[in-house]
Amino acid sequence: MSANPVKSRLSRNRTRSAWLFLLPMLVTLFVVAAWPLGRTVWFSFTDASLDMMSEARWVGIRNYLEYVDFGGGEGQYYGLLADARWWRSVWNTVLFAVVSVSFETVFGLIIALVLNQQFRGRGLVRAAVLIPWAIPTIVSARMWAWMLHDQFGIINDMLQGLGLIAEPIAWTASPDTAMIAVLIVDIWKTTPFMALLILAGLQMVPGDIYEAAKLDGIPAWRVFRKVTLPLIMPAVLVAVVFRALDALRVFDIVYVLTPNTDATRTMSVYARENLFDYDQFAYGSAASTLLFLIIALITITFIMATRMDLEGKRS
Amino acid sequence: MATVELTNVSKSYGNVEVLRDINLSLEKGEFVVFVGPSGCGKSTLLRMIAGLEDISGGELRIDGKPMNDVLPAQRGIAMVFQSYALYPHMTVFENMAFGLEQARLSKPEIEARVREASKMLQIEALLDRKPKQLSGGQRQRVAIGRAITRDPRVFLFDEPLSNLDAALRVDTRLEIAGLGERLPDTTMIYVTHDQVEAMTLADRIVVLNGGIVEQVGTPMELYEKPASQFVAGFIGSPRMNFLTGPPAKAHGAAVYGIRPEHIALSRESGDWTGRVVLTERLGSDTFVHVDVEAVGAVNVRIEGRSEIHGGDTVHLTPDPASVHLFDNRGRPLAG
Repeated sequence: MSANPVKSRLSRNRTRSAWLFLLPMLVTLFVVAAWPLGRTVWFSFTDASLDMMSEARWVGIRNYLEYVDFGGGEGQYYGLLADARWWRSVWNTVLFAVVSVSFETVFGLIIALVLNQQFRGRGLVRAAVLIPWAIPTIVSARMWAWMLHDQFGIINDMLQGLGLIAEPIAWTASPDTAMIAVLIVDIWKTTPFMALLILAGLQMVPGDIYEAAKLDGIPAWRVFRKVTLPLIMPAVLVAVVFRALDALRVFDIVYVLTPNTDATRTMSVYARENLFDYDQFAYGSAASTLLFLIIALITITFIMATRMDLEGKRS
Repeated sequence: MATVELTNVSKSYGNVEVLRDINLSLEKGEFVVFVGPSGCGKSTLLRMIAGLEDISGGELRIDGKPMNDVLPAQRGIAMVFQSYALYPHMTVFENMAFGLEQARLSKPEIEARVREASKMLQIEALLDRKPKQLSGGQRQRVAIGRAITRDPRVFLFDEPLSNLDAALRVDTRLEIAGLGERLPDTTMIYVTHDQVEAMTLADRIVVLNGGIVEQVGTPMELYEKPASQFVAGFIGSPRMNFLTGPPAKAHGAAVYGIRPEHIALSRESGDWTGRVVLTERLGSDTFVHVDVEAVGAVNVRIEGRSEIHGGDTVHLTPDPASVHLFDNRGRPLAG
């Protein structure tokens, strides 16, 4: 504040207490976010392994990309960027995020519109809708694993009973259906969260404009498209970003429901495999670093593309 | 010819009857004000005419046609809401044009109607703005403008001034009065709890209380011949004095009513003698609160300034021609 050198004691006091209140959060953020992130980035440029982390040596970008010359004009690229399994994981993750968030948004919107109406027992229904969200992912993934079981699962039983399928489907084991199974469980689990966020947006819409629309004779569908949707769009976009961030680092549901299959391996699963299962700590760190960058890139692109109002200036 | 006719109209929510036996006939081009304390059912009645509330019993006709089951948009009405109810994400122009587009008017026609209405209300410069970039008074004009573009037979106002500050309220009141004159064929129904708005705007006032019509009449009829003690107390400011002591008994009534402006105050002599408790000086008027022994607290209005102070002894003389007598059920007694 050089432009205003005469700062009152009161305002200096205020600034000081503001920093004082921020301090615990800043310290916590540093300890649980910045420091581990920095360590991971550092390890990704070393040859660290689980049992000798302290002796890690700098190796440059070898974990990301390295050209190994076999001599005689022969050679091959190694490293994360040349790893087809990694890129398959990236594709799986993006596919999972796009499909699950799209379905969750549409279903969430429909449920929110219903819950926003006045009807008997609305409070009960609102609470009931949240149950899938309240169940820990590990539990619900196990539950669905049983329901989707190829021999004893109730899903196959019901589909066969209805005559929709002739043979039981190995939902989680077959590469053709593994991703679908994961998507079904995630959509089932997370739609309530989406519905709740959108419902909060809906409740911000003043009721009187619906009466004005009634007097204007606007049919319900057009009211939704021209009035409701534009007004809840900011809330929907924020909900989509939250969910997308969540979906892009999906781990638990895949790990429990469909372990060890190329069809559903996500970036997080890939990173964990390398970090702990294959004892390639540095390589896993490189995967974690790229995962962070990819999520950041996608999120920033989405926020810019939708011109999202993060600071609430326009509403 | 009557444009709006209500016959035995009633409204109940479950077992609770909020309006009963409402019979009204509003002439074409008339400015009618529904007035009453909060909870009297005046807004509900307006919303029933608009079609936003179902009519539980009785019949509503507009231009002779039964309207009970007609959609709001087809009733030939337009409404200005207390909260303006503008679409927050649309510009002023879009707000005014939205309903017209739905009514499948041609683009030039919509343009012309919006221009005309915005010219009438002097909001032409605001057409590209969003509601949140407008002041309360400007929003109110846009809401009125949107209603005008619909070219309604009946114009409904639901407490349109209650969100404005005092100065703006007076200006807007004058404008709404002017609007009534510029649209001579449009019937105006205006709901308020403010008796001053009712008195200044209305051709006729409908006083509602507890879900029934207390009285219908011109402002002066209501002032001079209130049909009940409630109307006598509600219309007129400051409020009429209601005395239950000796003055009432002397006339064989339960309540003796006299307006503060109909009492002469003197330092020398008068019918009643009392001590001044408090004076309120408004510049143009002075209200003197007097405690009269055996009669009770009496409020007197004196024009201009006054040198009377608390503690003074004064003498009061009510104008016998302006006395209102009521029986114990609040009904007026002849006399």
